[in-house]
Amino acid sequence: MDFVNAIILLLNYIFIPALTYGSQLALGAIFVTLIYGILRFANFATGDMMSFGTMATILFTWYFQSLGVSLGVLPTALLAIPFGIIFMIFYMLLIDKFVFKYYRHQKSPPVQFAMVSIGVMFVTQAVVRIIIGPGDRRFFDGEKFIIKAREFKEMTGLNEGLALKSTQVITIFVTIVLVSLLFWFLNRTKTGKSMKAYSDNEDLALLSGIDPKKIVLVTWVIAGILATIGGALYGLDKSFKPFTYFNNMLPIFAAAIVGGIGNPFGAFLGGYVIAFSEILLTYAYKKFFMYVLPESMEPNSLVQLLSTDYKFAVSFSILVIVLIYRPSGIFKGKVL
Amino acid sequence: MRKNLNVIAAYSIMMVLILMVGIFQSWNIALSIFNLCLISAVMTMGANIQWGYAGLINFGIMGYTALGGLAAVLISVDPVQEAWRAGGFDILMSLWLIVVMVLVIRFILKRFEKSKIRTYSIAAIIISGILLIRFSAEPGIEAIEAVDPAKTGFLGGFGLPIIFSWIVGALFAGGLAFIVGKVALGLRADYLAIATLLISEIVIAIIKHEDWLTRGVKNVIGLKRPAPYEVDLQTTDWFIKLVEKFNAGKLSVIENLADRQAALNQLVIEGSSVFVKLCYSGLFLVVVIILLILTQKALYSPWGRMMRAIRDNEEAANAMGKNVVKQHLLIFILGSAIVGIAGAMLVTQDGLFTPGSYRPMRYTFLIWVMVIVGGSGNNFGAILGGFVVWFLWIEAAPISLFLINFFTAGIPETNALKAHLIESVPYFRFLLMGLGLLFIMRYRPKGILPEKIEIK
Repeated sequence: MDFVNAIILLLNYIFIPALTYGSQLALGAIFVTLIYGILRFANFATGDMMSFGTMATILFTWYFQSLGVSLGVLPTALLAIPFGIIFMIFYMLLIDKFVFKYYRHQKSPPVQFAMVSIGVMFVTQAVVRIIIGPGDRRFFDGEKFIIKAREFKEMTGLNEGLALKSTQVITIFVTIVLVSLLFWFLNRTKTGKSMKAYSDNEDLALLSGIDPKKIVLVTWVIAGILATIGGALYGLDKSFKPFTYFNNMLPIFAAAIVGGIGNPFGAFLGGYVIAFSEILLTYAYKKFFMYVLPESMEPNSLVQLLSTDYKFAVSFSILVIVLIYRPSGIFKGKVL
Repeated sequence: MRKNLNVIAAYSIMMVLILMVGIFQSWNIALSIFNLCLISAVMTMGANIQWGYAGLINFGIMGYTALGGLAAVLISVDPVQEAWRAGGFDILMSLWLIVVMVLVIRFILKRFEKSKIRTYSIAAIIISGILLIRFSAEPGIEAIEAVDPAKTGFLGGFGLPIIFSWIVGALFAGGLAFIVGKVALGLRADYLAIATLLISEIVIAIIKHEDWLTRGVKNVIGLKRPAPYEVDLQTTDWFIKLVEKFNAGKLSVIENLADRQAALNQLVIEGSSVFVKLCYSGLFLVVVIILLILTQKALYSPWGRMMRAIRDNEEAANAMGKNVVKQHLLIFILGSAIVGIAGAMLVTQDGLFTPGSYRPMRYTFLIWVMVIVGGSGNNFGAILGGFVVWFLWIEAAPISLFLINFFTAGIPETNALKAHLIESVPYFRFLLMGLGLLFIMRYRPKGILPEKIEIK
C-alpha cells in the first residue's frame, strides 16, 4: 500500500505537472525551431508573440462570454482559440511584411535578424500592455477538476490524493493532436517536404522550383497556430501575465536548443526534458522516502536537491552544458 | 573641427533637451535624468567595446550590472559581527571546499588525457562536491539568516567607502566574464546571445536567493554615500548662504520677513537635493571622461586596429598570427568590467540594492538599443545613444500623454478609449523604443553617429 501511495505522490506532484508544463514548452519550442530552421534567426520576440496570441484569445473569450456562449464543462477559451489564431497570423504576417522581409532579401546575418526581433519584441510588448494591461488575467471557466484529491482518496482508500485538473488534460490532449498533425504535415505533404528541403538547403530548394514566398507564408501560419495555442494553454493552466510570457521565452529557448535547434521533433522532446528536470531537481522527496523506506531510515531533511527558487536556473544550466558539450543538441539539429 | 560637426551638433541638441527639462519641469528631474544618462553611457561603452570593437554579442549585461551592485553592498556595508560568529566558519569552510574542488578538477584536466572516464569522473566530482558543500554550508547559512532577519540576516560587507566598490565591481564582473568567456565564446553569434542571456539570469537567481550574502529580495537599503546628505546640508550655514546668494533677486521681492524665511527654507530644501545630485554628476562625469579617453586611445592604437581586423575577418587575422581566442576573451572581460563599474555606480547613486529590480528588458535589451541607436564602434556614438535613449525612456510618458491629449482633444474625458489610453501611457515607452530601434536598423544601420576610422 505504501508503495502505491508513493507512486500516486510522484504522479500528482511530479509527473502530471511536468507533463503539462512540458507540453506548453514543447509547443513554444517547436515555434522557435521552425522560425530558426526556415527563416534562419533566433526569434527573441517568441514570448511576446505568444502573449499577443493569448491576448487575442482572451479578448474573444470575453466577447463570447458577454454573448452568453459557452461550452458547458469546457472552457470558453477553446472556442476563442481559432479566432485568436487568425488574429495572431495576421499580426505575424504584418510584421514579416514590414520588418523581416527586408532583411531576408538583403540576406542579413543572423545577428542582425536577432537585433531586429528585439525591436519587434519591444513593440509587441507595448501593444499587448496597451491593449490588455500588465496585470494578471484569469480567463478560465467551466469545470475546474476532473478528479479532486479528496474524491480520489475516498474512492481508493489511499492516503495520497490525485488531483487532475481539466486544464492539464486539455493541454496534454491538444498537444498530442496538434503535434501529430504537424509531423504528418511536415513529413507527408508536399508543402511540408518542401519546407524541410528549404530548411536543409535554400539554394537547392529554389533551384528545384520551390516558391520561397509560399514557404515563408506557411511557416508563419504554423508559427501563429503554435504560438497562440501554446500561449493560451499556459494561460488557461496558470494565468495570463505579459511579463511571465516574456520570461517563459528562456526555458522555451532552452528546450529548442537542447533538442537540437531546427529539428521539430527534438524541440518537442526538449520541452519535456526541460520541464521534467526542472521539477525533478527541485522537488522535496521527503514524503516519498517516508513511504518507500522503513521507518528507521526515514530522512530528517526535505531531501531536496535544489530549492525551488532555482527552478529556472536548472533549465539554463542544462542548456549551457548542452551548448558546451553537444552544441547540435541531444537530437542532432543544425550544427553550429 | 568640421569633421566633428555632427558630433558637436548631436551633443549640443542633447544638452539643450536636458536644459529644457530643467527649465520647464524641474532641475531635480533634469539632473536625475542626466545622472542616469551618464551611468547608461558607461554601460553602453562596455557593450560597445564588445560589440563595436570585436563583434561579440553579449546579452548578459544585466548579470554584470547586478554583480557591480553586489560589490557596492559588499564593500560599503559594515560587517555584521554576530552573523560572522554564527556562521562565518561554515561559510569559509565551504569556500575552501570550492577552491579544493576547482583545483582537483584542474589537476585532473592537466594530468589525464581526454577520455570518457575523465569526463565522467569530473562530473562525479562536481556533483558530489555540490552536495558536500550544500550540507556543510546549510547550518551556517541558516544561522546567519536567523541573526536579526528584519534588519540584517546576512554577513554584511567590509565597511569601506563605497567609492572603492566601483573598482571592485569591475573586478567581480571581469571575473564572471572570464568564466563565461572561457565557456561560451566559441559559440556562434546567436547562440552566444542566448547563452549569455541565460547565464545572466542564473546570476540574478543566485543573487536573489542567497540571502546570507546579499539579503536577497529583502533588499539592502541605506548604503553609504560619497556625497553629503540632504538633511545635513539643510542645516549647514555655508549652504544656506549659498542658496540665499543664488536666489537674492527672487527673495528680495518678498517684503514680509516671515514669508521670506519660509521661501528661503523651501529653496534650501530644493537646493540641497539638486546639490547632492550635482555631486554625483561630477563623480560620474569623471568616470565617463576617464573611460572615454582610455577607450578612444585603445581604439586608435595597434591593439584597436587588430580588434577591428579580427572583427571584420577572423580567418585572415588568425592567419596573420593574431590569437583570436585570447583577444576575444580579453575584450569580453574588459567590456564586462566596464559594465560592472556602471552597476556599482547605479547602486551608489540609488543608495539601495534591490535584486528584484534586475530585469532583462531594462538592463540588457535597453542597453543594446542604446548601442545600436547611438552607433556601434564609435565611442561618442555609444555615449550619445545612452543619453538619447535614456532621455526618451523617461520622457516617453509625458510626450505620449501630450500626444494622446492632442489627438483626442475633441473627445470628452469620460470616453472609455481615451481613459484607457491615458491609463496605459507608461507602456508607450516600449513602443517608442521598439519603433526607434526598427527604424534605425532599417534606415541608418550604423547608428546616429556611425563608426568612422581615420587612417593617417
